[in-house]
Amino acid sequence: MKKVLEVKDLSVSFHTYGGEVQAVRKVNFDLCEKETLAIVGESGSGKSVTVQSIMRLLAMPPGEFKTGEILLDGENLIDKSEKQMEKIRGKDIGMIFQDPMTSLNPTMKIGRQITEGLIKHQGVSKREAYDRGIELLNLVGIPNPERRINQYPHEFSGGMRQRAMIAIALSCNPKVLIADEPTTALDVTIQAQILDLLRDIQEEMNTAIILITHDLGVVANAADRVAVMYGGKVVETGTVDEIFYQPKHPYTWGLLGSMPKLNHSKEKLQSIPGSPPDLKDPPKGCPFAARCPYSMKVCDQHMPEFKASSNTQQTACWLLDERAPKVEPPAHIMVGGENNE
Amino acid sequence: MSQPQLNQSDFERMEYMQSDAEKIAGESTSYWKDAWRRFRKNKLALFGVFIILFLGVMSFAGESISGHNYYDNDLMMANQSPSAEHWFGTDNLGRDIFARTWYGAKISLFIGLMAAFIDVLIGIIWGSVSGYLGGKVDEYMMRVADILSGVPYLLVVILLMVVMKPGLWTMIIAMTITGWINMARIVRGEVMRLKNEEYVLAAKSLGASSYRILSKHLIPNTLGPILVTLTLTIPTAIFTEAFLSFLGLGVPAPRASWGTMSSDAIAALQYYPYQLFFPAFFICLTMLAFNLIGDGLRDALDPKDRR
Amino acid sequence: MVKYILKRIGYIFVSLFFIVTITFFLMQAAPGGPFASERKLPPKIEEQMNELYGLNDPIFVQYTDYLVRVAKWDFGPSFKYVGQSVNDIISRSFPYSLVLGIEAILIALSIGVLLGVVAALYHNKFGDYVAMIIAVLGISVPSFILAALLQYVFAIKMGAFPIAKMDTFWHTILPAVAIATTPLAFIARLMRSSMLDVLSSDYIKTAKAKGLSGRVTIYRHGIRNAILPVVSYLGPLVVQVLTGSFIIEKIFAIPGLGNEFVTSITNRDYTVIMGTTVFFSVLLLVSILIVDIIYGLIDPRIKVTGKGDQ
Repeated sequence: MKKVLEVKDLSVSFHTYGGEVQAVRKVNFDLCEKETLAIVGESGSGKSVTVQSIMRLLAMPPGEFKTGEILLDGENLIDKSEKQMEKIRGKDIGMIFQDPMTSLNPTMKIGRQITEGLIKHQGVSKREAYDRGIELLNLVGIPNPERRINQYPHEFSGGMRQRAMIAIALSCNPKVLIADEPTTALDVTIQAQILDLLRDIQEEMNTAIILITHDLGVVANAADRVAVMYGGKVVETGTVDEIFYQPKHPYTWGLLGSMPKLNHSKEKLQSIPGSPPDLKDPPKGCPFAARCPYSMKVCDQHMPEFKASSNTQQTACWLLDERAPKVEPPAHIMVGGENNE
Repeated sequence: MSQPQLNQSDFERMEYMQSDAEKIAGESTSYWKDAWRRFRKNKLALFGVFIILFLGVMSFAGESISGHNYYDNDLMMANQSPSAEHWFGTDNLGRDIFARTWYGAKISLFIGLMAAFIDVLIGIIWGSVSGYLGGKVDEYMMRVADILSGVPYLLVVILLMVVMKPGLWTMIIAMTITGWINMARIVRGEVMRLKNEEYVLAAKSLGASSYRILSKHLIPNTLGPILVTLTLTIPTAIFTEAFLSFLGLGVPAPRASWGTMSSDAIAALQYYPYQLFFPAFFICLTMLAFNLIGDGLRDALDPKDRR
Repeated sequence: MVKYILKRIGYIFVSLFFIVTITFFLMQAAPGGPFASERKLPPKIEEQMNELYGLNDPIFVQYTDYLVRVAKWDFGPSFKYVGQSVNDIISRSFPYSLVLGIEAILIALSIGVLLGVVAALYHNKFGDYVAMIIAVLGISVPSFILAALLQYVFAIKMGAFPIAKMDTFWHTILPAVAIATTPLAFIARLMRSSMLDVLSSDYIKTAKAKGLSGRVTIYRHGIRNAILPVVSYLGPLVVQVLTGSFIIEKIFAIPGLGNEFVTSITNRDYTVIMGTTVFFSVLLLVSILIVDIIYGLIDPRIKVTGKGDQ
């Protein structure tokens, strides 16, 4: 499969009054055509900063690219000027944000908000753009698009607004769609609809999707591959099946353990004790070492390298070193087993 | 990155320190301590505090430093430019402007502080009762406030001053008669927002009385906005005093306020510009100082609004 | 919408009724006032006054008479200048104030908004500091001190502008600037904080993510939303300009309504005080209504609350 997007060794820092915050540290991942990659992690793990770097939406300063490159079809986005980026945003990469209540301009009609990008990138007339806007609203499942296109955001419900956002992001048929927690702010029933919609659109338009979430339920539903982020680093990547059935990183175990499961409803959910590391002064070793129940002396001092356990799964953890004591993942997190499926 | 040299002992299990993991970086501080820390860092606001303290001291000490008093007139010495004898010069009746400036400071600051204080008092009572009780009571109380504020503030003050006998307290009464409305609205808004917060509901469900909820939970938590509004009300009151004095509705002679002094000086501006300079400078300085303190307080108390 | 406006007009009449009533009884209570019981006037004038004002009628009759006259937009004769009616004074002097006021509002709005936008765009940089220093000085320097200063420097010392009166456009510049400065500073601060809010909002990110240029994003999505609080400040702005005109017109000897009002206060010309007070109130209430209607037109969300209000 062809790689659309590659992120190599990306490091992003923010200069604040308190010092330099190393929000993203040497992150690597790639995205193929028609694929959905989920980036999972708790708040502050650097996942939003990573995708906003791809869009070059971070204010610089205080933000700064320290190392690495972001390759879209082989072209490094970090080298692009602001003018060049304007031609890429919305055209090659579309983005959906977390809160549909605030991500639409309250004083502009939905139609205009959808067609703005079309007019800018495809040079179509207002009339054509308007017709295309109606088609797009139809595509994202908004009934009565002819009437809806002339309404303002406050006349839309939350789910409808997120659909409109998706229409905006898709208006120019982008290669990559970035969805930054697209369902977090929505009701559970609406969440499923929006995820289904993203799936359908991917089928239809061959879009590659990066899905940011902290909800493993969403991952299981929507993703092909997963990158788990912690403390500004990717700690494990793999296919959805690998992450759910053969997780190798203790943090991934922790995430899985904190997810409610139908068949274990009486059991207590496992939380991960502690809080994420202070990225102003990131630990020298593994960022998770302070909270990891299996941590070893080495974890504190040295960052583990990625070890591949299959063609698709890679994990950065010292437990995979042959010298480390053998540790089995805790039983309660395992999704597989007789009760499941 | 090259693999570090490691030996087997590096792979020994660490004692799992949960307490360490729970440690939160950075010291947690209380709201007021935190606000104070931020306020202290704001140099402009500290400058404002310094100015006000200085003016406060001088308003008491200034007259005696000069060796003159504010009311002695000496027509032989009228309209003298600043000199070693009269540091700020003399006015058209030969009164020492230095002494009058500090006497004026006393009057202007007193009016400003008093008017703001009364506004706050009425505003807190009206606003918290209205906001806490809600419903019909709230509607009527706010309707009264709406009607009172329908007429522009300065117009009301002027009309009252026309009707009442001129004097210090008359002025304060005239200023506060509708001045409290703004404060009442702010307190009401805060109380309405806070009364549905969980901790208030918790206090209620534990059987706390309305008085207790208001005085222990709601009003202390609205102190931030109250304090900011208070600081910004003082310059308004000082301005209003000067404004009224200018219309001839200020404190009667021989008493001086910065307003009456400026007003007298503007009449003779073409010939004796220095007479305007001193009172005008101190009015501006005081208003600037209170505005800086107010802005500093707002930034310190509401960090999310910090700009 | 029509229903909403009608309802608001109804409120205006209620407010006006209260204002007229309160001014009437205040003037009644004023020492030495025309309606006060202990008047010391020569018998002949006393007689004339009685003819004109019906001073010997019971208070209630005087009050209803006054109400009826005000309802007919007749504020009666001046109490000090024989042969002049309050209406005459208003229609003679108001055009001056109107021109000056509109000029001041335009200055305050255009420069205030500009400063606010610049400050927000250069947040925590040089442009921001300059704009905010101007703003905090504008708030701290009372208009009449600024007026005196402008007059002294630009008219008396430099001779670049006329010192007083109002014959040409050139005459209006200094007074208009003096009136505009305080509201200008308020608008600058308001615009800055509202613009900063908007610039950090999600829909600006959405606009950028569409590939719109920085300038289009700021104009089309930023300023249009950020200006809404400034629009709702237009009501208080009219008040500020109006009360500002009292002293400024006096300092620059402009024969406007503000100046007449100040003179009537010094002269204790009670009918003029009452008449102008009512006139000012009408002016304000109507302009606040107009501002609210404008606000409803620019902010599509307002219609919803308008419906709920009916």
